[in-house]
Amino acid sequence: MAVGVEEVFRAEYGRAVAVLVRFLGDIDLAEEAVQDAFTTALRTWPESGVPPSPAGWIITTARNRAIDRLRRESTREARHAEAAQLYAPGTPAEEGPVRDDRLRLIFTCCHPALATQAQVALTLRLLGGLTTAQIARAFLVPEPTMAQRLVRAKAKIRDARIPYRIPRDADLPDRVRGVLAVVYLIFNEGYGGREDLCAEALRLGRLLAELMPDEPEVIGLLALMLLIEARRPARETPEGTLILLADQERGRWERGLIAEGQALVRRCLRRDQPGPYQIQAAINAVHSDAPTAAATDWRQILALYDQLMALAPSPVVALNRAVAVAETAGPQPALDLVDALDLDGYHAFHAVRADLLRRLGRGTEAVRAYEAAIARTDNAAERGYLERRRAELTPE
Amino acid sequence: MKHYLLSVMQPAGEPPAPEVLEGIMHNLDVFHAELREAGAWVFAGGLHGPETATVLRAEEGGDVLITDGPYTESKEYLGGICLIKAPDLDAALEWGRKATLATTLPIEVRPFMGEA
Repeated sequence: MAVGVEEVFRAEYGRAVAVLVRFLGDIDLAEEAVQDAFTTALRTWPESGVPPSPAGWIITTARNRAIDRLRRESTREARHAEAAQLYAPGTPAEEGPVRDDRLRLIFTCCHPALATQAQVALTLRLLGGLTTAQIARAFLVPEPTMAQRLVRAKAKIRDARIPYRIPRDADLPDRVRGVLAVVYLIFNEGYGGREDLCAEALRLGRLLAELMPDEPEVIGLLALMLLIEARRPARETPEGTLILLADQERGRWERGLIAEGQALVRRCLRRDQPGPYQIQAAINAVHSDAPTAAATDWRQILALYDQLMALAPSPVVALNRAVAVAETAGPQPALDLVDALDLDGYHAFHAVRADLLRRLGRGTEAVRAYEAAIARTDNAAERGYLERRRAELTPE
Repeated sequence: MKHYLLSVMQPAGEPPAPEVLEGIMHNLDVFHAELREAGAWVFAGGLHGPETATVLRAEEGGDVLITDGPYTESKEYLGGICLIKAPDLDAALEWGRKATLATTLPIEVRPFMGEA
């Protein structure tokens, strides 16, 4: 894609689709129209130059394309009606709070009547402009499977008439939770190597924070993602092996993202309505505060994990809490906590156990635990790290 | 307005005790009255058990085979239906929410084809 067009595509695809969905009331038509408009842009912009308002140009062109298409195809009565509707009085004005269009589309994609995977996939497709092939890769499923899921979800939105609107205030807390979960899933999906997915999750997070500045968990999630993203440059060796937080070169962390994340953490904590994302963001803020790993305020982190366990207990949270216990009370009490957890299928459980056993001088058991962890991860960076640790324990 | 079918999914076996059933029937009456008042009412009714069902099957040559029993054996079966009018799925789900609370049973919501 030509340079100007590609930038506009990344920045404006979701917005254009969102506006067109409201205008046309049909997701497929909207997508086709916006794609048509970008194809036209690819042809005409190199000669005519990028227009002063690229987004406006794309939206207007897409709308005209859609009207043309409906006219051309209006062989059936339904199409006539549809085309007529575009001119009917009361058609929503094109102008107005465009941002709300994107939010509407996020909430439509994240409707609880759609399967969770379909929610994430649709959000990526419609707001992120990702191709079906890209989404299929992110989910590790064959492309036809993902195509079918997307078709089914869009058909359900149309046939069951899932409304295209922001839910009423009363529904918002429930729905926001789903939306945040989807955005965080997208971020985590990208964490395993897909930088563009992390960028898209951050963009959606910023958008939500701009649109719902009064929802502390929205701010909390954005802060959490920013603080994790800040460590990306220090997280892997040039060969792609994972570097744990404790061993990262802190000078390589992105100070700008940390400052932004920490400011958001302070802003939402002031509201005193703690939620899981805010607490996780606060934990990451404590890590980013420490100039060296040894200077980490583990007591504060442990207190935050206690709070997280009280609010949203899960075995995974308990496992992370045990890591903080190891730093404040030593490896043995931490191991006692870890051994009580039922997380055999989770590679991090075995990795944490292995590390605690290693620190306790129980080398043989540690090797076995590293092997169990290696067997349960398909992430190359993770595996590289674990294999290195295991090798350190087995001289032969 | 669109039409939606709310299906009540009932477990096979004995019906609940009369005093439990009485409470449910009362809640259903209240629910149906609310539907009528909102102009969302089309039709509702409970069904006799699957043992009362008869299946007809078109055969080649225009014959029809009649057999006893429900079409499929399952642990849950259609116990009743409620046909409603609603502007969109969210409105239909709101009625579905009331229906599951009234019946204490799972409710499946499905849109009819077309506008009506």
